Parts: sequence; structure tokens; C-alpha cells
Amino acid sequence: MGKLRKIARRSFLIGSAAIAGGVAFGTWRYLTPYPNPVAGKGAALTPYVVVDGSGITIITPRAEMGQGIHSTLAALVAEEMDLSWDQIRTHHGPPSKAYFNGAMLEEAVPFAPTDDGWLATTARHATQIPAKFLAIQLTGGSTSIPDAYDKMRAAGATARAALVQAASLRLGLPAENLTTASGAVVTPDGQRIPYTDLAEAAAQVDLPRTPPLKPRSEWKLLGQSLPRTDMVGKCTGTATFSGDIRLPGMKFATIRMNPNLGAPMTGFDATAAEALPGVERVIPLPGGVAVVAQTTWHAMQGAEALKIDWAPAPYPGDSTEMRAGVMAALASDTPDSTPRDDGQISDFTEFNLESDYHFPHLAHAAMEPMQATALFADGRLTLWTGTQAPGMARDAAARAIGIEAEAVTLHTQDMGGAFGRRAEVDCATQAALIAQAMEGTPILLTWSREEDMTHDMFRPMAAARIRATLREGKVAALDYKVAAPSIMQSFAERAGFPAGGPDSTITQGAWEQPYDIPHFRVQGYRAPKTVPVGFWRSVGASINGFALDSAMDELAHLASRDPLEFRLSHMTHAPSRLVLETVAKMSNWGSPRPGRALGVAFCLSFGVPTAEVIEVAQTPEGIRLTGAWAAVDVGVALDPRNIEAQVAGGMVYGLSAAMTGEITFAQGQVQQRNFPDYDGLRIGQCPDIQVLVLQVGGRIRGIGEPGTPPAAPALANALFALTGTRARDLPLSRQFRFA
Amino acid sequence: MTTRFTLNGQPVTLDLPPDTPLLWAIRDGLGLTGTKYGCGVAACGACTLHLDGQAIRSCQTPLAAAEGATVTTIEGLGRPNALHVVQSAWIDHQVAQCGYCQSGQIMQAAALLSETPNPTDAEIDTAMSGNLCRCGTYPRIRAAIHDAARRLSGA
Repeated sequence: MGKLRKIARRSFLIGSAAIAGGVAFGTWRYLTPYPNPVAGKGAALTPYVVVDGSGITIITPRAEMGQGIHSTLAALVAEEMDLSWDQIRTHHGPPSKAYFNGAMLEEAVPFAPTDDGWLATTARHATQIPAKFLAIQLTGGSTSIPDAYDKMRAAGATARAALVQAASLRLGLPAENLTTASGAVVTPDGQRIPYTDLAEAAAQVDLPRTPPLKPRSEWKLLGQSLPRTDMVGKCTGTATFSGDIRLPGMKFATIRMNPNLGAPMTGFDATAAEALPGVERVIPLPGGVAVVAQTTWHAMQGAEALKIDWAPAPYPGDSTEMRAGVMAALASDTPDSTPRDDGQISDFTEFNLESDYHFPHLAHAAMEPMQATALFADGRLTLWTGTQAPGMARDAAARAIGIEAEAVTLHTQDMGGAFGRRAEVDCATQAALIAQAMEGTPILLTWSREEDMTHDMFRPMAAARIRATLREGKVAALDYKVAAPSIMQSFAERAGFPAGGPDSTITQGAWEQPYDIPHFRVQGYRAPKTVPVGFWRSVGASINGFALDSAMDELAHLASRDPLEFRLSHMTHAPSRLVLETVAKMSNWGSPRPGRALGVAFCLSFGVPTAEVIEVAQTPEGIRLTGAWAAVDVGVALDPRNIEAQVAGGMVYGLSAAMTGEITFAQGQVQQRNFPDYDGLRIGQCPDIQVLVLQVGGRIRGIGEPGTPPAAPALANALFALTGTRARDLPLSRQFRFA
Repeated sequence: MTTRFTLNGQPVTLDLPPDTPLLWAIRDGLGLTGTKYGCGVAACGACTLHLDGQAIRSCQTPLAAAEGATVTTIEGLGRPNALHVVQSAWIDHQVAQCGYCQSGQIMQAAALLSETPNPTDAEIDTAMSGNLCRCGTYPRIRAAIHDAARRLSGA
């Protein structure tokens, strides 16, 4: 057992040892199912489907943060069960080990996503074992669909087979003679028995171990653009986010935490706050203070009135000092990892291109600030909160107030955006502490926008250094170095996981790019830990996608070649070529457009080759984005319209950051406090966006993140084409005036 | 101090300090949660509702300003089984992603269409520029507004 625990721990941070060591033992454990968490609610056929007298509920145990995942997960089950789309209800379900995410670790194995060789495939499969041991029910890494694709279809097929079997026993007819349609078993003479009538009997039959899945040619729901199950609620104000729970006697809370991130509070004076109307309670927390009041606004007024003495920041206070730390790491001779080292880069001493690229800290700035509702009564805690990691949130809340995790009931709410921020458990923990202090009274904790922006787990500051040599118009050698603080280390320390080994997120989006460059080295360098850093939509690919693609663009211009054709000439990976060729056609690449210019960018992230083109124009008000095109290859497109929305949304998220996004620190504290200081793209700045979804790459891929990385370089490359000024320092507003 | 106004067609009475922002009076005082808090400084538009038919940022509007007025929130604009035409267009175009900003977007769009029945792209951009969407639903918002305008004109 000791050995197993070691393997599982090490493998969380993704080492090949875990793969090699975990297979045999883990396979046996892997085949042992976890207790079914929804047993007892009607007749539960599998952990993904509940059929009872009132209807059919599909458990969609991934966090809905805007990506439409509940609808697509439900469609996987509904397809195999032969349900009509209007017959289903979805429910996120409880946090449970049965809903572990196997694909989360799969993305982190040290094989390029384009590698489908035996070793790579075996390693990917084997990583599902430690994922299950750790029981990570996490939504992130664009993994929900690859993880669920087989599992949830199998769940639906199993459920269908059991219902048919139950009908067969009831009618005394062979199962082969029965069909299913629209949520009912149908007899040869056309008699329909609704699934709901068969639920109890179906719970008694033996489940088939490997039910056959429908061939794709018979799909009726999958592959179609379905109306999202959450759409009506979100357009009528009836969707329930974490802050929309209302309970009798509820009080409203907010917090004020040390702006020197992670540092404690040394003392506070609540006299002025307690004297304000509506303020009912001031509660000290680790590192800050909570105020409970009659309304959220009164709580916020109270929090502002507190006089608090903060301990100083445990890191260098200014962004310039942090920048110096990153640049020192970049110049060091001890890489954290060297995931690619083709050819002999040390043979090259003369370079056509030597460029540095700089990246600021970024906040997530989801529209919904951090929120959680909590009630502590009779030794039990109930939490209602939007979280990408419900198991971690539950455990952290329990630990904070000294109760067992089993004494916590967590309801995962829809999230008003997350982008990685809600993989963190800080808000849920605070809500638990406040609820415990307010025993018997339900509380809603809402962070102010200012607290949200200044207490993020930021995308790390980073820098990349690229040297490259051209020969005969092609890249003969490319030496890529990138330095950033480790997200995995920062996250693991917060979560209480042991951290060790290289951090693959530092080089994500660089080393696995399908460029055929004879001498190609990628090295990641770990910069000193400073402020808390976390997962930000597309993670390392949002950094490396910009640096590497900008360099490719610079090299194309140095070689006097067309930037799009230049990229193609270095690529043999067919799906990657196809997305580039497709986006060229979509954008009418190469056609003259006076006063305007195009930029192209490519990045393969989360297994999805993605090519984007941005058009810019000079106007009296400044530079305007006048067009945007994207082509992606997801292998299998389950819901094309929703995939298009994710790609377009990912682009907008990347463009917002590229144009103006920057978090800076002075004397340890974040200087941007609200949207006027850290804005997103507005509708008038947003071009029309055309997206084409291709399906030639084979393996199915998730699409929440791949749209983001190429957006920034496509824009920067377009700006170069328009103005002749090369951007190597983000955000672009340092050098360009946008309309 | 008591404030009386009409909320979604119903008379309501609220006993909160008159400087309480209307947003919080409605959300926490009356428990109607469709109107969202995003920034508290009128910079994101998530809290947009109609005060006597005008789209306003309720995070910067004191409760006192609603005395005797008619207030409409997203819940009063239309209901799941009785949708407003803007809501229908939003659903047909599958606009929402996370959905958090969409109450404000829809209320702003409804106000725009009541004043400008057939807005151009530029008019849409101007009217909607105060409503931030971090999911990037803007192209579909534009399409849905044009579609709603067509439906309202009976075309």
C-alpha cells in the first residue's frame, strides 16, 4: 500500500514512473467500481443515469462554467438510451470518487498529442489508474469530453440494455425482438413501455459488462447542434448561481483579505464597521476578516470601514523585481525540463533571430465574483458553490472547520465563468468558517470585484527567449527557452499535494508543436515562487503559443516568405496542415486588402490543432479588429454550434488579455482593482468571428481552451503586417492604440 | 425607512436604508436574483434593469430613486413559458455561455429596441458597449438583436 500511495502521489505531478509502476496493481483496482453515489434515488442504473417515476435524470458530473458541458454529456447518455432531447433532465450530482477525471492526467503524459504510437497510447491509458486513485473530479484542461466520450456512452448503453432486459422479462419476449425509441421499449407489435415504468425492474437485472455502442452512422443527437439545457434559465434570470440561493433567515457576508497575498493579519479594529447600519457580525478569518450584514452591500460597507493591520508580503513587492527573477531564471543553466531536444542545437552559434518575449501576470476576472452559500447546523455543513473541483472544495471546507468530509453536503452550482479560477478552494473554505461562526444561520458570501481581482491565483508572469537559424528559407535550428514560476508547485502547496518533478505546464504549447525543424530544443526554467499562480484558460499554451508563433512569423518575414505558407512548409502533421489551409481559404488569405492587414497564428494545444487569422485596420480612432477566422480539428464534433461558441469565446478571452490585460504589483499589492483597470474586449471592439470545425484528427478532443492560444499571436502578427512594428511585450496596448 | 415601488407589475414595500443600491435591495431585500452583481461601479452592466422603462445600472442607483417608480427585472421581462421576444431570439441563437452577464445584456438590448426598433451594428455596439461579457458571446448578441428587431417589426 505504501508503494501504491507513492506511485499515485508522484503521478499526480506526472512522471513516467507512475505509469510504469501503476498498471498491474492499478488495473485490478481500476476495475473495482466505486460505490454508486446516487444509489437510493429511485432506481439508479449507473452513476450517470437515474430513472424513476418522475423521469430520467442524467448526472453530468462536470462543472458548468459556460462551456455547455452538461448538454453534451447528457447527449452522450441520451444517444445510447434512445431518449428524445426534451425528455432529459440533467443534474450535476454530488462530489464523488466515481466521477474521477481520467483524461486529466492523460493530457500530461510525456508524449506529444500527435503521437499515437504504442508507447504513447499505453501511457495515456495507464494514467487513468492513478487518476482514479486520487479520485480527482476536476473540470479543466479541456478534458471533460475526451474523458466522458466512452464512459458516458457506455453508461447509456448499459442502462438501455438493462431496461430492455427488464421489459423482456416482463413481457416474456426475447430481448432481440425489442427495440427502443424516445425513452420507451417498443415491442414488435408497436406497444410502448416507457423506461420510467421499467425502472425498478431494471435495477434488478444483471448489467452487461460491455454493451455495444451505436455506430456513428446511427447517431441522432450526437453530431447535431442541440439547444443547451441551461439556455432558457440563463436567458430568463432563473438559472441558479452560487449567489442566487435564498434560504429563510439568510445573512449576507463579504470578506476583506490581506492584499499582501498569503500573508497574515496582525490585528484589526472593527469599531467603525460595527457602528454601521445593517452590519451584524465581524468575524476574523485566517489572513483577513469577514463581515456579516443585512445585505451584501451593507457587508461591503462594513468591510471597507474595518481598520486592519496587515503583515507584509512574503515575496518581492514590485513587478519589476519579479521580472528580474524571471529573467535570472531564463539565464540560468539548470532547466526544470527539456521536453524536446531534436538534432544538435549546440552546433549552432550564429542566429538570424534572437528575441525575448515578455508576459505579465493576468487575472481570470470571471463575470461572477467568487461566491458561496453555506449553512452549518447540527455538526453538518451544506455548501452551495460553483467549483471546478467539488471534492477538493468539500475536503478543504471540512478541514477548515474540523469536521469529517462525510459531514459536508456540497451542491455544485452553475458558474458565472471560471477559466481556471474556480479550481481553487479559498472561497468555499471562507464560507465554511463564516457558517460555523454563524451556526444555524445560512450565509451567502460574495467577494467584491475588488477582492476578486486583487486576490486571484494569477496566470504567472513569464519570459521566453528564442534563437533560430534560417537555411535556404527554412528554420534549420530553433532554441526555445521559457521561464515562469511553477503553477503546479503553487497549486499543489495550496491543495496539500506533494509537489515534485518538472512542471510540464511551463513548456506546454511549445515542445509538442508539430514543426519539422531539424534542430529543435525546448527548455523550461522555473522562476522563483512569488505570488500565488494558477490555471488560466489554456495555461502554458497561452504563453508559449504566443512566443513560438510570433517567432515563426518573424522568421517567415526574415526569410521573405508568406507567413502562412512558411508555417505549412515546416509541417507534415496532416490535421495541422489542414486547419492552416482551411483558415487560409476562410480568410481569403493572400488577397489584397488596402488599409487592412491579416495575421495568422497556429497552436496545437490540448490535442487540438488550431489556426486563426485576424484582420486589422487603421482608423482615426485607432486600430480596429475587422475580422477573425478560426479552424480547429476536434477529431469528433459532438455539438458543432457549441464548439464554435467555445472557439470564438476562447479567442475573445485571448484577445482581451493580449490587448490590455496586465496585473501589476507595487509594494506587494495588486494595482488593478476593477474592470476600469483590467477590462475585457467590448462588443464594439469584437469583430465577426467565423469558426470551422474539422474532424479528421481521429481521437476526440475537448475545446474549452484551444481557441485561446493563437488569438494573441494572430493579432500581433496582423499588427506587424499593418504597421511594421513587432510586438514582443504583452499587453499590446503598450505599443499600439486600439479603437 | 420604507420605500414603495412597482416591481415586475407587483407593488412592493421595502424597509432598507434609502442609499442601499437598488441591486442589493432587490437581490437581498426582496430575494429576486436574476439581476447580477459584477463590479459595483457601473462598469460591467450585469446589474442592468429598467427603471420607468430606462435601462439603468442598479448597482449605482439608490433605492430612494425607485420610490413610486416602475421597476422591471429580467424575471419581469418574460418568463420561461412566456418569453419576451429578445429572450426568444437569445435562445434561438444560443447566445449564453456562462450566462452571468446575460440578464443585463438582455435588459439593455430590450431597452435599445424599444427606442431604436431597427438598430445598425454601430447602434448596437454603442448601446451595448457598457455590458461586458467575458465568455465572448458578442457576435451572437449582435445577431440575436438583429433577429429580435426583425420579429418586432413583423418582418
